[in-house]
Amino acid sequence: MMTTPRIIITITAVVAATMLTRFLPFIIFPAGKPTPKYIVYLGRVLPPAIFGMLVIYCLKDVTILSGSHGIPELISIATVVGLHLWKRQMLLSILVGTVCYMLLVQLVF
Amino acid sequence: MRKVRQKNTENHTMYKKAFKAAFTHTLPIMAGFCFLGLTYGIYMNVKGFSFVFPMIMSLCVFAGSAEFVAVNFLLSAFDPLQAFAVTLMINARHLFYGISMLDRYKGTGIKKFYLIFGMCDESFSINCSARLGEDIDQKQFMFFVTILNHFYWVSGATLGGIFGSLIMFNTEGIEFVMTAMFAVIFLEQFLKEKNHTASLLGLGLSLICLVAFGTGNFMIPSMLAILGILTLLRKPLEKGGDKE
Repeated sequence: MMTTPRIIITITAVVAATMLTRFLPFIIFPAGKPTPKYIVYLGRVLPPAIFGMLVIYCLKDVTILSGSHGIPELISIATVVGLHLWKRQMLLSILVGTVCYMLLVQLVF
Repeated sequence: MRKVRQKNTENHTMYKKAFKAAFTHTLPIMAGFCFLGLTYGIYMNVKGFSFVFPMIMSLCVFAGSAEFVAVNFLLSAFDPLQAFAVTLMINARHLFYGISMLDRYKGTGIKKFYLIFGMCDESFSINCSARLGEDIDQKQFMFFVTILNHFYWVSGATLGGIFGSLIMFNTEGIEFVMTAMFAVIFLEQFLKEKNHTASLLGLGLSLICLVAFGTGNFMIPSMLAILGILTLLRKPLEKGGDKE
């Protein structure tokens, strides 16, 4: 393992890079100045696109061609969507979907 | 005197209401983060680090995937520049979060620094999508959401580092709570909006990039594709006036 100063420098590099990605937009477009119209537009249309991207990001390690072929994920997401369309209760949909997935991967696949 | 006291009680109720709303909204994250944090703590523990490491990392970085990768930086040859560059790539999606929250985090005063510092996927998603009643202070709510998520994550990671190997019950699959939450947030957004272009683009372009570039390399191309197409579609999308 590395020496302590090297560990500290490495962790600092990771923290600095993470904070750069979080603070940069706020530094470039400070609250006091009017934000360019293009950026305002992006701020409005990006969130729905990001939510879609995050769903795919969560499923990125699913293997369609081997293992369980993504069947537990498919069934559980269908459960989440169906239940949510029916009851529209956020916590309930998430809870039932997760329990469904856990039962599938532990007992069936 | 009485007026001051009355105002204090009012403030107190406002805080309480905002905290209650934040707590309910972050319940799935509590489940997910406690578990993922535990996994992270155990992982570092197995790799030979004391519990202090996962605790400090989760406290200072507060970005799950980057923290897992950082363990490898610590175990391989000393190369802080590479650690910096790789972390930048993994966390590039935060740039999109920042652009989306420019307006919402405006006027939050000193809390703004912490709101940006703690803007992980989950805090962003809740703060960006939650629709609150008139009686709840949005700024307080966002602050509580961020600090609660941070708290769940640090607690999980620290406990995992200390007791990780003692957990006996079968937790396989519990990480799906995060997928389920993002699916519900996406669905809520989809049901609310008139124009589905951006939602479907985000889902479709990311999927195409995942197939084309593979698990490890698809995020940056996805972001560029989303940015490019949304820029090209600016005129029709602005004309549509899709304000949710």
